[in-house]
Amino acid sequence: MATTSHGHGQTPGLQHHFDTPGQQREAATLGMWAFLTTEIMLFGGIFMAYTVFRWAYPEIWATAATHLNTPLAAINTVVLLVSSLTVALAVHAAQEGNRRQVVTLLLVTMVLGASFLGIKFTEYGEKFAHCAGYANPVAWMTGGERLAEPECLVPGTGFLFPAEASASSGEAAVAAQPGMKSPHQLFFFLYFCATGLHAIHMVIGLAVVGTIAWMASRGRFSPEYYTPVEIGGLYWHLIDIIWVFLFPLFYLV
Amino acid sequence: MSTTALPQSYMTNRATTTIEWIKSWLFTVDHKRIAILYLLSINFYFLLGGMAASMVRIELVTPQGDLMSADMYNRMFTLHGVIMVFFFLIPAVPAVLGNFLVPLMIGARDLAFPRINLLSWYLYMGGGLFALTAAVFGGVDTGWTFYTPFSSTYSNSNVILTITGAFIMGFSSILTGLNFIVTIHKMRAPGLTWFRLPLFIWANYATSLIQILATPVLGIALLLVMVERLWHVGIFDPALGGDPLLFQHLFWFYSHPAVYIMILPAMGVISELISTFSRKRVFGYEFIAFSSIAIAILGFLVWGHHMFVSSQSVYSGLVFSFITMLVAIPSAIKVFNWTATLYKGSISYRTPMLYALGFIGLFIIGGLTGIFLGVVAVDIHVTDTYFVVAHFHYVMVGGTIMAYLGGIHYWWPKMTGRMYNEVWGTISALVVFIGFNMTFFPQFVMGYLGMPRRYHVYPEEFQIYHVMSTAGASILAIGFIIPIIYLTLSLRYGKIAGDNPWDAPGLEWTTTSPPPTYNFEQTPIVTEEAYAFHPEAAHEDAENWRPGSPL
Repeated sequence: MATTSHGHGQTPGLQHHFDTPGQQREAATLGMWAFLTTEIMLFGGIFMAYTVFRWAYPEIWATAATHLNTPLAAINTVVLLVSSLTVALAVHAAQEGNRRQVVTLLLVTMVLGASFLGIKFTEYGEKFAHCAGYANPVAWMTGGERLAEPECLVPGTGFLFPAEASASSGEAAVAAQPGMKSPHQLFFFLYFCATGLHAIHMVIGLAVVGTIAWMASRGRFSPEYYTPVEIGGLYWHLIDIIWVFLFPLFYLV
Repeated sequence: MSTTALPQSYMTNRATTTIEWIKSWLFTVDHKRIAILYLLSINFYFLLGGMAASMVRIELVTPQGDLMSADMYNRMFTLHGVIMVFFFLIPAVPAVLGNFLVPLMIGARDLAFPRINLLSWYLYMGGGLFALTAAVFGGVDTGWTFYTPFSSTYSNSNVILTITGAFIMGFSSILTGLNFIVTIHKMRAPGLTWFRLPLFIWANYATSLIQILATPVLGIALLLVMVERLWHVGIFDPALGGDPLLFQHLFWFYSHPAVYIMILPAMGVISELISTFSRKRVFGYEFIAFSSIAIAILGFLVWGHHMFVSSQSVYSGLVFSFITMLVAIPSAIKVFNWTATLYKGSISYRTPMLYALGFIGLFIIGGLTGIFLGVVAVDIHVTDTYFVVAHFHYVMVGGTIMAYLGGIHYWWPKMTGRMYNEVWGTISALVVFIGFNMTFFPQFVMGYLGMPRRYHVYPEEFQIYHVMSTAGASILAIGFIIPIIYLTLSLRYGKIAGDNPWDAPGLEWTTTSPPPTYNFEQTPIVTEEAYAFHPEAAHEDAENWRPGSPL
């Protein structure tokens, strides 16, 4: 068996087991789409749980949602949508063989992705600061302003939903059985799980885009071969579209 | 082939030092080598799960709990279940035979993503390491189903470690499925249209669809249980208004299709064996191909039949019951078509064929009792009894293991270049078949009489059945040990097989045995349907037949 019998000459990036660059590109793209399906099913479990409990406790969902920071999340949505645009432009630039533009656009995407994560962690920080008794994360670190009304929206033993404190309110009646806490915690549990899982995907996405940007800067791509840019872009769009669903489901109930 | 040495192949190694040799295996991206890695590791887990099963069976010989405490017994059957389901049955046929054969059967040089293929083996081993660590540090007592709130709130065993193991192994399974789908879509040889594909490929394609669609749902369900155990708060906790049944829904949304992950590729193997050893084209090719897809689709719609007694509504119970019945149609289509293939075939009772015929027998018993269990009224009567245990062992174990062993024997000459010992092969196939029935048939009877599953102490009236079952399990164990011995010996002493010892059609038999690293010297061009046996083949066989001749 001569290993040279299937050599492909100098076609850049063509792996030994594919016949043509077209076949390799189609395979990679199909593989990424199949993987995205898997990702959607992964998040699907959380969306299913969300549906079940929203159906069971509609009023609680409505009151709990008002305790999330909608303006910050709205800014985040814009940030992420713009990052999707820059990725799409990067793919276009790769198609035209404009290496400089590809790298720049991917770096902009990374900056936007990182800002998304920054804003997200500010939001999380706010929730944890409230549990510690401070008004915001900065006050928590500097020992500044205390929180006027006690509140802790991080699921766990310290969880305290403000409306629950006044036990006679309507939602608490749902949890009438002795020893049973109100289901508000479920909303915040799902909120942290869903957005946390999404944040993990953002981190992975940043690593992917970073790698592709590095590859682009080393001149690995050409108008004939830029599949990694394309399928990396697909992954980024998926992260984006999952957020597009999470945002209204949790913040705009 | 007249030479006495094997040709240069994927097994031949240019490495000069031991370290290089180890590296050439552990960092290989060749689908055939990865299949061998899987073969070794999966068989290791099979033996481990088998040992746990032996402990369970030995404990059950007497009605008293004299060998193990109740808690120890729980951990033992959980170990058996977790290892066998997640680390043997699910990967067995696709990861070993599928990995080896999919590219060969479609005339490709490798799977579409060789490095992802290697990654999936490492994920499998990583997941296995977690599960083993959990077992060493005391095991798990939840059963392989990890039902909440027991697994999330009350169990004090190594649930998190085990769940992490299953979670990681899930990704291995997803990546294998993804690789197969892309490979089958994009890498078929010229002329190999969808309806010329071997049925093994169709079966693996259907399996892969389930793997990529269902496995992530198990992943997220297990992840949520893990979070709940770590932070003591979660959506499955009824004290918070959560719903433990939601876990069962998510779990069975994966785990019912998962039994089709086990049985579909096994059915694919059977189609190949039946055709080759009847020397006939498979009867109703299209029906068998589409019945695989039908089973994959219907498999997603029947998970509720595991929950008839879980307080789900009567109406959803009835709907699930009805759809469960529908699964019987594509399954029966397969069995009828296999038997029709046998009809007027030139049948030779070689070891793989014995396993294939054994499969049909066991699958019919397992499948028909599945219909009993699909009826809500009967199911309520026998829920959580040994009847259920016997049923799923007949389908999952009787089905998958018979096909796995049959397939290993059938493709052994292709994988290693040497023949196994036919006499011992025949003996092992018979011993496995007898041992299997002796182990599990009494369990139908005692289950119907009311013996509940997962109890280590039981009323004396059931002892006779348990003793029979344990005796059968010992025979079964011998049946599994014999092939390990003679297959290993055949690597050194086996006859050189030649390219096509079975005189079978199919691209994998056109290349040398064992195949070279890139499978085919030249990309094959396919001009015929699969299973194109020529009409005179049967006559030639009859004329050439001598006692002890291969066909």
